[in-house]
Amino acid sequence: MTASNAASDLSPAPSSDGSTPAVGIRGITKRFGDVVAVDAIDLSIHDGEFFALLGPSGCGKTTTLRMIAGLDFPTEGSLTIFGQEVGTLPPNKRPVNTVFQNYALFPHMNVLENVGFGLKMQKVNKTEIVRRSSEALELVQMGAMASRQPNQLSGGQQQRVALARALVNRPKVLLLDEPLGALDLKLRQEMQTELKSLQRELGITFVFVTHDQEEALTMSDRIGIMKDGNLLQVGSPEEIYEAPANRFVADFIGQTNLLEGTVESSDTVCLANGARLSVRSTEPVGSAVAVSLRPERALLHDRDDVPDGRSSLDGVVQTVTYLGNAVVYRIALDWMTLDVRAENRPSMKRYSVTDEISVSWLPQAVAVVAQ
Amino acid sequence: MSGLAVDGDLIVGDVPDQVAQANPEFERAAEKAESRRGLIMALPAYLYLLVFFALPLVIVFVYSFATRNRFGGTDLSGWNVEAYRKLGEPIVRDILFRSLWLAIITTVLCLLFAYPFSYFLATRSATTRNIMLVFVMIPFWSNFLVRNYAWRVLLGNDGPVSQITEAIGLGETRILFTPLAVVIGLVYGFLPFMILPLYASIERIDMRLLEASRDLYASGWQSFRRVLWPLSRPGVIAGSILVFVPSLGAYVTPEILGGAKTTLLGSYIVTQFLTARNWPVGASLSFVLMSVMLGATLVYFRNGGRTL
Repeated sequence: MTASNAASDLSPAPSSDGSTPAVGIRGITKRFGDVVAVDAIDLSIHDGEFFALLGPSGCGKTTTLRMIAGLDFPTEGSLTIFGQEVGTLPPNKRPVNTVFQNYALFPHMNVLENVGFGLKMQKVNKTEIVRRSSEALELVQMGAMASRQPNQLSGGQQQRVALARALVNRPKVLLLDEPLGALDLKLRQEMQTELKSLQRELGITFVFVTHDQEEALTMSDRIGIMKDGNLLQVGSPEEIYEAPANRFVADFIGQTNLLEGTVESSDTVCLANGARLSVRSTEPVGSAVAVSLRPERALLHDRDDVPDGRSSLDGVVQTVTYLGNAVVYRIALDWMTLDVRAENRPSMKRYSVTDEISVSWLPQAVAVVAQ
Repeated sequence: MSGLAVDGDLIVGDVPDQVAQANPEFERAAEKAESRRGLIMALPAYLYLLVFFALPLVIVFVYSFATRNRFGGTDLSGWNVEAYRKLGEPIVRDILFRSLWLAIITTVLCLLFAYPFSYFLATRSATTRNIMLVFVMIPFWSNFLVRNYAWRVLLGNDGPVSQITEAIGLGETRILFTPLAVVIGLVYGFLPFMILPLYASIERIDMRLLEASRDLYASGWQSFRRVLWPLSRPGVIAGSILVFVPSLGAYVTPEILGGAKTTLLGSYIVTQFLTARNWPVGASLSFVLMSVMLGATLVYFRNGGRTL
């Protein structure tokens, strides 16, 4: 799959199978004064999928989520939730609920009252509120904490209560704004798995905002990458990792080496030092591109000992970093450095600093991205 | 205020803490020394309060059980509760209720004006807030008495207010020397005392809680009723007490704007002491007033006033 292929997913609703998207965004723009926070994006989020909006801070992902929630209103464009136009509806009139970044639990209510708040506002009768709230708390394993105050809970527990408080309303779409950001690493990984299995169990569409690419890769069915208010690429984690739409995406997702060059023909890129690499590219001839080579896709060999069928560049080992499960070599080329990651296997040949080596890879293992 | 206390704890707790883990006796000794040092530092303030506040209070209390003699003096012999009994008389009772009533109206009006303003203030940028807070304080730069006289001019029969109502065809207004004038003056005078604690307490509320409530199907009103109002309650109570208590005992404003017809507690007490020379009644009335204020303050501390 090539870069431009993945970009075709950017095309607006209706979604590929023709059904109504859970969230349909068409030409949505949000301006705050002179600042364009979100710049005419199109996006269809399918029913029942776990969708991540990923990008660095200030990229417009949170604004996009807030517009779906109704906490901000788009300056232009149309927004639908299961086909219903919601662009100007206030948040309390939308079939969506949000798990806020710092949970935003009501400090003057206990856990059960927090969870029951949405039902109370919808005038559900009292016994039903208690029953459903307790059920929701059980679902997130917080049943024993019902009478606690929020400030008596740990971060992870507050997180679960916030989740229960949103889910108890049986929203059609659940919005999560960096829900795991405040948790420590171990808890975060635990919650990732839990969120994922919860989503599968309930079948609710989850839209999830994060700046953590690893989190997005692990949890989501599809990822939308945003930068400066634009949606750069939408695709499955695999599509985005293997076939990044452009240089920013390649660099943002995972680690990569970007070798700058010019497209010479449909299967050759000429690098800055004049070396020619054989690649597969659909970028126009003559355009400036970067060849993205992931550190784990490259191998090291003794100089002039590269097997047939592999592209290679010569270099010198500059540093060696031992990580336990792998060794990362920084290789000095004539005009730049490359990182190469070698899994730590008993058979692996170890190199040391100043060794003259060749870096090699399979032509289909690199992606050509537009500058 | 709480921030200061925390800082203090940190500084004090820093070094002895590590030592104390090994030696609990040392910890106790350090605590004792600390509280002794605190007492010494607080001593001047305690002494001042004792001499100039507690002692006079005791004197007033004693006098409230004394008897007025024929010459306008006070006999300290023959303790009785005659002065308190006098408070049940219709004339005093009316004054008491009128004062209560005006104080309540003043407090409610202040709350109605101050709440939206404080909310607005609390949701602005830091610069705007500071500028607007300065505007709230500006009246304090000139004398309270002078400002009350200014209202006398504004509300007078030929004053600007009357001229305006006349110009737009509503006829001449006669506000000065009515209870309304007193309320206007009191609201004007005490509004900042409502705004400041309200602002302080609303400013501390995480506004995302309001968004969360809207997201959980609360209308704008419900959001206010269920989240903003309960969370701002310490400010509401503090502000209400700061307005209610001085309104109840107000002397200057009713004297200047109220005229002779609306005698209020403050004026009545002054009259008892200075004109009628009936110190026991003045003293007993002062005490009743003080106990009402004390009650209000207790209500405040009961309702989570600690957080302010």
